[in-house]
Amino acid sequence: MSNHVTVPKTYKLFVNGAFPRSESGRVYEVTTPKGEFLANAAQASRKDARDAVVAARAAVSGWSGATAYNRGQVLYRVAEVLEGRRAQFEDEIVRLQGVSASAARDQVDEAIDRWVWYAGWADKYAQVAGNANPVSGPYFNLSVPEPTGVVAIVAPQDSALVGLVSALAPALVSGNTVVVIASEAFPLSAITLAEVLATSDLPKGVVNVLTGSPAEIAPWLASHADVNALDLVGAGALEWIDLEIAAAETLKRVLPPEDGPDAAAPALGRITAFTETKTVWHTKSLI
Amino acid sequence: MSFLEYAPAPESTAILDLKPEYGLFIGNEFVPGSGESFVTISPATEKPIARIANGDAADVDRAVAAARRAYDKTWSRMSGRDRGKYLFRIARLVQERARELAVAESLDNGKPIKESRDVDVPLVAAWFFYYAGWADKLDHAGLGANPRSLGVAAQVIPWNFPLLMLAWKIAPALAAGNTVVLKPAETTSLTALLFAEIVQQADLPAGVVNIVTGAGETGRLLVNHPDVNKVAFTGSTAVGREIARSTAGTGKKLTLELGGKAANIVFDDAPIDQAIEGIVNGIFFNQGHVCCAGSRLLVQESIHDDVVDRLKSRLETLRVGDPLDKNTDVGAINSAEQLARIRELSEIGEAEGAERWSPACDLPENGFWFAPTIFTNVSTSHRIAREEIFGPVLSVLSFRTPAEAIAKANNTPYGLSAGIWSDKGSRILAVADKLRAGVIWANTFNRFDPASPFGGYKESGYGREGGRQGLAAYLKGGLK
Repeated sequence: MSNHVTVPKTYKLFVNGAFPRSESGRVYEVTTPKGEFLANAAQASRKDARDAVVAARAAVSGWSGATAYNRGQVLYRVAEVLEGRRAQFEDEIVRLQGVSASAARDQVDEAIDRWVWYAGWADKYAQVAGNANPVSGPYFNLSVPEPTGVVAIVAPQDSALVGLVSALAPALVSGNTVVVIASEAFPLSAITLAEVLATSDLPKGVVNVLTGSPAEIAPWLASHADVNALDLVGAGALEWIDLEIAAAETLKRVLPPEDGPDAAAPALGRITAFTETKTVWHTKSLI
Repeated sequence: MSFLEYAPAPESTAILDLKPEYGLFIGNEFVPGSGESFVTISPATEKPIARIANGDAADVDRAVAAARRAYDKTWSRMSGRDRGKYLFRIARLVQERARELAVAESLDNGKPIKESRDVDVPLVAAWFFYYAGWADKLDHAGLGANPRSLGVAAQVIPWNFPLLMLAWKIAPALAAGNTVVLKPAETTSLTALLFAEIVQQADLPAGVVNIVTGAGETGRLLVNHPDVNKVAFTGSTAVGREIARSTAGTGKKLTLELGGKAANIVFDDAPIDQAIEGIVNGIFFNQGHVCCAGSRLLVQESIHDDVVDRLKSRLETLRVGDPLDKNTDVGAINSAEQLARIRELSEIGEAEGAERWSPACDLPENGFWFAPTIFTNVSTSHRIAREEIFGPVLSVLSFRTPAEAIAKANNTPYGLSAGIWSDKGSRILAVADKLRAGVIWANTFNRFDPASPFGGYKESGYGREGGRQGLAAYLKGGLK
């Protein structure tokens, strides 16, 4: 029997590649489904959300400007590091969600596999979603999808890891940067995932993870003028129509809430939902 | 008669067989509207053309019900092959009636006949021809096998390209298997009503296409109708925002094609003569009533003065006047209201310190006219560099480096279109990559084609019209 006194982890936010506490100083208790104390998580504020958007905006140019091959490699690297830390994720999921070890294992398996699936799309989706256009005239004309910019996500609330991964990975594939509000009840896996992201060559600011109350934070992101798109996949229990109305002020692209085990199921459409089709016409000379 | 003066060469209106009064088009029949009808006038003369019905809530209900019936009973059950054949019929009828449609469009809208004849109407036919061929090939639209239509589409279009915007909306909607209720703009209903006659001639099943004329309130009733599954709107960003708010949470699929403030970037190695023509076409085409107009000219500093001089001498040769005259380059402003807005913003431009210039030109006494106008010494904070004027007014700014050009071009909440003029292909491609706009014209401007997707980034809206992407806007099967 070891007499080691354990060193519990302080779970903080993940903003601009660092792990700050909430500027508000607030935390909230995370418990098992039976109510046993697990940890304190940071309770992000409006200012934390705004800081996260600033970090995400600053990261757009580098991440969207990276080659598709490079983005694919970085995203695949995330899956590798995730695999290496699977024991920690399984342990957290068992405690957070109160599920069996095998159910936790299945969830981590699925999260890794989905991440790998999306990583492989990075240098392919533009070939599938873009096209050459046979216009009537001497023009070279090509339509190519591009990332829309900063995407704010309300992660699925009913799972610790796979829901978050399912919403986060597709937004990153094309080169968007993300501010994601984790599951309120299961935030610990989200912060552990942030540790994976921080050690996977993902540039700082590309993903920013906020823990706390989605009901409190989401309206600030929905109305933020420097956010381009809003994924409400996990916002079903919130006043999400109000969020969509707030998003209309700057014509954000919005994905609606989804419920059940198939929420945010892997789909090319989750990638293209946060892209813009750019069509370039170029004259051809007469020869 | 001096150089560049031409004898009048007006297109005859004898080809038109207009009725004094038009009803709403519901279930393939013209029926009276319940609201108070209004007069549509020619903006070039202010003379009345016809009375137009005004659809109220009951009319919108009737039209949506007709579209729903047609969707349930015929159109959604019809094979794609047969739907396509109806669209081909429409394309052919538009071609056959092309001259009549062009004359009607120029009369009602004020745009030069050379544009309605050579651009608008041929594109209308092309749009129906293009999407007709898609109707039985939807499995290849990029949404996986067996994509489904959405149902009834509510479509609200602007006054700048009345018939062309109708085609952009109706052709893909019908090809995908939807039925439509379309509301034309209040000042330009005429060609939509002639199109209704074409729908009758093509013998489309009743209710597949319904046209409800009226003002903003009619459009509001239509997009907010609970039995509508899809909303497609082209118009101002302010109204687009309102529609995005009012459809929030309804599950209605939404396409918005909104305003713009496009940068037209001219580098010092550009083919200057070609660029001058492109700049003129970019902002004075259709009196500048173009959401993708190149309204912000960004000229590299070293060639700024030369470009402005050449531009001014080119503008001296533009002929402003009778839209029906075949030699007219710039027609009438579409309405008194729009003219007032253009005047107001131009006055603000002067008040904020920009230098205003217009060529000497005699404007007709009646009607709504605004001389082609250039502002130089414009800075990025001026309202004429930020707000959409939607008129023949060009703001000229300068830049030194490509990075500065890109930063200035992207310094707008809009993101619809942009132009790049340079002889260097690698520079064009690099700059095109960095511009946040949905359509980029390199060494050309204001080109449109049914095969080419059109639509904006940011506050210029979302969704695309044209091409495969434009078809997907009317289908579900989506997130696969």
